[in-house]
Amino acid sequence: MERKKKKKGAAFLGRLFKRKIVILAAIFVVFFVITAVFAPLLTPHDPYKGDMLQILKRPSAEHWLGTDEVGRDVLTRIFYGARTSLVIGVVSVLIAAVIGILLGLVSAYYGGAVNLVVSRIIDVLMSLPSLMLALALGMVFGRGMLSLMIILGISTIPTYTRIMHGQVLSIKNQDYILAEKVVGAENRRVLFSHILPNCFSPILVVLTSNIGGTILAESSLSFLGMGINPPAASWGAMVSAGCSKLLINPVYGIAPGLCVWLLVYGFNVLGDGLRDVLDPRLRGSL
Amino acid sequence: MGRYIGKRIGQAVLVLLLVSIFTYLLTYMMPGDPVYAMLGGDITQEQYDIAYEKMGLEDPIPMRYARWLFGFVTGDWGDSYKYSQPVLELMGERLPVTMYLGLWSIIISTLAGILLGVLCGTHRGKTIDSVLITCANFGSVIPAFWLAVLGMYIFSLKLGILPSHGFVLPTEGVADSLKMSVLPLIALSVGGIGGTTRQMRSGMLDVIRQDYIRTARSKGLKESKVVWRHAFRNAVLPVVTMTGMSFRNIVAGAVSIEQIFSIAGMGSLLINSILSKDVAVVQACIMMIAIVVVLSNLAVDVCYGVIDPRIRVE
Repeated sequence: MERKKKKKGAAFLGRLFKRKIVILAAIFVVFFVITAVFAPLLTPHDPYKGDMLQILKRPSAEHWLGTDEVGRDVLTRIFYGARTSLVIGVVSVLIAAVIGILLGLVSAYYGGAVNLVVSRIIDVLMSLPSLMLALALGMVFGRGMLSLMIILGISTIPTYTRIMHGQVLSIKNQDYILAEKVVGAENRRVLFSHILPNCFSPILVVLTSNIGGTILAESSLSFLGMGINPPAASWGAMVSAGCSKLLINPVYGIAPGLCVWLLVYGFNVLGDGLRDVLDPRLRGSL
Repeated sequence: MGRYIGKRIGQAVLVLLLVSIFTYLLTYMMPGDPVYAMLGGDITQEQYDIAYEKMGLEDPIPMRYARWLFGFVTGDWGDSYKYSQPVLELMGERLPVTMYLGLWSIIISTLAGILLGVLCGTHRGKTIDSVLITCANFGSVIPAFWLAVLGMYIFSLKLGILPSHGFVLPTEGVADSLKMSVLPLIALSVGGIGGTTRQMRSGMLDVIRQDYIRTARSKGLKESKVVWRHAFRNAVLPVVTMTGMSFRNIVAGAVSIEQIFSIAGMGSLLINSILSKDVAVVQACIMMIAIVVVLSNLAVDVCYGVIDPRIRVE
């Protein structure tokens, strides 16, 4: 049994990494996860304390990517910025997924008045582009890590609710669900033991690429000055600060943006790869 | 059909009403005192009280909301205290710039994306396809603000061939306008080109396998005719939907680009109003974008209803 499971897992990974581009994507993601987790071990410099004698230096043997306007090592800040991006990306997507899935599950299963209320809430959230919604919510929640997670979480709820809704509608009248009801299963059991597991694949696919989207949104908000509070490191805020120092140390403004790009690309392609393996029929629809 | 359209319009109005409540509550829940936000911290209690009464802050929330909604519907969108001018007038100045750049970027993204996508789809598996699709995958997730900073560094600061900030509409000088729009347009369009290329390619790949394409080929049609007259027409539909959806993102997409190049458009207006708590402007911006989105959804729903009668019944 154990061995069979292992074999299945290996086959899954084999199929996932059959395309070279997915390997590349996984390398990007793993690379940034490692830098985020081991940031303090990877660098001798302090991410928050600057050296006033080393302000805006260009890349050197001591500071591989130079220093910023208060003399902090840019590479170190990038490592710590990976933490910010990944934590915010993962947590807000989880918040969105849990709330979105529950709303979609309940509204599609029960229908009627519940569905009506949920649909209108989703309509309101969807009547603004998600960055707009995040900016609007940002006015209320303010800056900081927790606010960003909540803001970005709320603005991606509709994605999950809609997917879940569609999935449940297509599953709920199938014979095995009806059979389950006939033998007297409670609604809760039907919902969580039978319907939810069957929606796992599309949710996982969307979750993965959504992490990328959320990281992009976080960096845009930080770039605009609505991100986490300084002195915490964020790639978007670094690009914004480095933008006016391009002639002194161009790497400071450009390198963090490159990281955003590669990490977002990594999650997106990984999401595409998962989709192709888990459910090839979803090609183009997700 | 009439009933279907009526029902959809009713829904749209309801959603807009809910959005207006949502918007009003958001700006109401904003931390900070609206009087201090407007007049600054060092005012006397007397000045405070006068402003408080003038802004109608002593009334209950539903009443203030109703007053604001009435004003909004009748075209009184209040004044921006930061720019000391009516919001409606302010938007009239800012909107054309954003729309001009946004529309051009949509046109460029769509046309370039369609061409590249068809090229990929008809050369499946060849080198040109792999190179283009890899570029499109990378391009579709490129952070626009970063691309703008990079472009500014290379073309303005290093090579000195393009201006690093400012923008004028072509009505105020065609040559200047052209020069000033190059970098913003690149930053605004690359993501869209990537996305459209991907969509167009996968559409072409789906369609080109179909029986009617084989029939067209086997009756001896020229390949260019098969591609453009038969395959393209069916594959392009999702791209059209996607292009329609991108209108709603014009303002949101313009925010960071307009900040970087100091362009006085809706995007920079929005973010500056949010940062400085210029409530009247923020409310009007959100409502306007919501109206555009809801109306375009309504139009799409009605079109689908006309095309596909089954939808009307649901």
